Amino acid sequence: MRHRLSRLDTTLSPYLYVAPFFVLFAVFGLFPLLYTLWVSLHDWNLLGGHTFVGLDNYTALLDDEHFWNATGNTVGMFVLSTVPQLLLALAIANALHKRMRARTAVRLGILLPNITSVAAVGIVFSLLFANNFGLANWVLGLAGVDPVNWTAEKWSSWSAIAVMVDWRWTGWNALIYLAAMQTIPADLYEAAAIEGASAWKQFWRITVPLLRPTILFTAIIATIGGMQLFAEPLLLASGRIEGGSLRQFQTLSMYIYERAFGRDFDYGYGSAMAWVLFLLILVASLINFALVRRGAR
Amino acid sequence: MRAGSRLWHASPLTYLGLILAVVLSAFPIYWTFIVASRSNDAINDVPPPLLPGSHLAENTSRLLANDDALFLYGLANSLIVSLVVAFSVVLFSTLAGFAFAKLRFRGRNALLLVIVATMMVPTQLGLIPLYMLMVELGWQGTLQAVIVPFLVTGFGVFMMRQYADAAVPDQLIEAARVDGCSTLRIYWNVVLPALRPAAAVLFLLQFMQTWNEFLWSFVVLDPDTPTVQMSLKALATAYYTDYSQVFAGTAIATVPLLLVFVVFGRQIIGGIMEGAVKQ
Repeated sequence: MRHRLSRLDTTLSPYLYVAPFFVLFAVFGLFPLLYTLWVSLHDWNLLGGHTFVGLDNYTALLDDEHFWNATGNTVGMFVLSTVPQLLLALAIANALHKRMRARTAVRLGILLPNITSVAAVGIVFSLLFANNFGLANWVLGLAGVDPVNWTAEKWSSWSAIAVMVDWRWTGWNALIYLAAMQTIPADLYEAAAIEGASAWKQFWRITVPLLRPTILFTAIIATIGGMQLFAEPLLLASGRIEGGSLRQFQTLSMYIYERAFGRDFDYGYGSAMAWVLFLLILVASLINFALVRRGAR
Repeated sequence: MRAGSRLWHASPLTYLGLILAVVLSAFPIYWTFIVASRSNDAINDVPPPLLPGSHLAENTSRLLANDDALFLYGLANSLIVSLVVAFSVVLFSTLAGFAFAKLRFRGRNALLLVIVATMMVPTQLGLIPLYMLMVELGWQGTLQAVIVPFLVTGFGVFMMRQYADAAVPDQLIEAARVDGCSTLRIYWNVVLPALRPAAAVLFLLQFMQTWNEFLWSFVVLDPDTPTVQMSLKALATAYYTDYSQVFAGTAIATVPLLLVFVVFGRQIIGGIMEGAVKQ
């Protein structure tokens, strides 16, 4: 009897231990994910009324100028924030990789923004980028530049949002790069130094090529995050979901919210957009992949 | 570190660059406390104030009296939600991680692959049906809605599997089995103690992530049951001109994470960097 119980224990317990993940994921992860596709094929509203409309929601998107505007804004802000973010992170990691004092303090310092909530970031930077009395305009004024109305135009609002994103994530990326740099054998640098390669050349010829998988990883994480931008632009717009009077910085996530939960509770239309967003993330990730691989040649 | 001894020494220019990076990183947080401790008029000063003032207590009491933000209530809600989610993620991740690393069962590799795959799916995609599900369950506007869907994470299971694989010797488990320990007992007495450092990092990361979560709370919660981030959002948008009140709230909402970071910062950095290399 005891023997049988113990055999039951060894065969059954692994499944019991992994079951909570799979049960919860099935209900709250997988089911909503697949159901989104089903909802997107319907005219589906708050009251639960729904009729099958096939791809109508998707074709309607093609004619929706707000959708195209939001897509352009999302991609624009994503590029504007990701490129400087990853380059800066590389530079910081390279600096941290040298022999130096107070390395732990510096690491803690650059990771500090990452523990800040996105709501706090949005609030603080909205004041930094305020029109008349904001610190950003004050600093620009010291340099003799006229004050900028940060929320008024695409380029200025995108820049303000990119600064928020970069402030929060550059240090995190730098630590990831630093971790990868530490796995590069020192002999490689030694050999290069003997052949007379400068620090700059060593960085581009040894460090960056060997970091390629890590760069791809951070680029994809940044893509997923960048494509889903929501709280930063929302708070820059004082909580209004349109993202500025002319929707100059409304992101796709904001527009999905506006249509699904804000204005007309059009779940079908919102779900169709969610799928398009997902495809955009996939495409952007593939582009990243191709770019990083091409850099390998 | 062996490799470190042969590396370049940091130049003064490198130090300068890093100091600038740290100052720029810390400044917005420092500035939050400046504004939180100033009177509301001081925001309009030119040049802007750069040193703390004496109005923190007054701003805070105005914040606590603000019925639109329910700030204390939001703080308490966030504490409950973050603690429950972090405890649960650690419990289920160590259990599943133990099973994947140390127990043999049919379909193990395939199931692990599924877990890795779930880490790549953006949550946004299921947002609308998840909301519909919450309405169906009657959880819309309640704390269950921001707790139950997050009781497990693929990241946690994967992280604990990697760690258990390296940190728990097979002989130890076999020895415990020979002694007649049940699997659950082995988990509790052998595996969990060995996993403790990594489990602590997972707990902290999960606590911070849940504390800072925004989008889903914004969708599913009502203004009368806020998390702290929703209280902040309500403050920032409804009382936009009362900056010192808003910043007092922002500062207070950041303090718990700052404390965690000051005490456990090294471990958090270690966890992030270790996770990065293993990928």
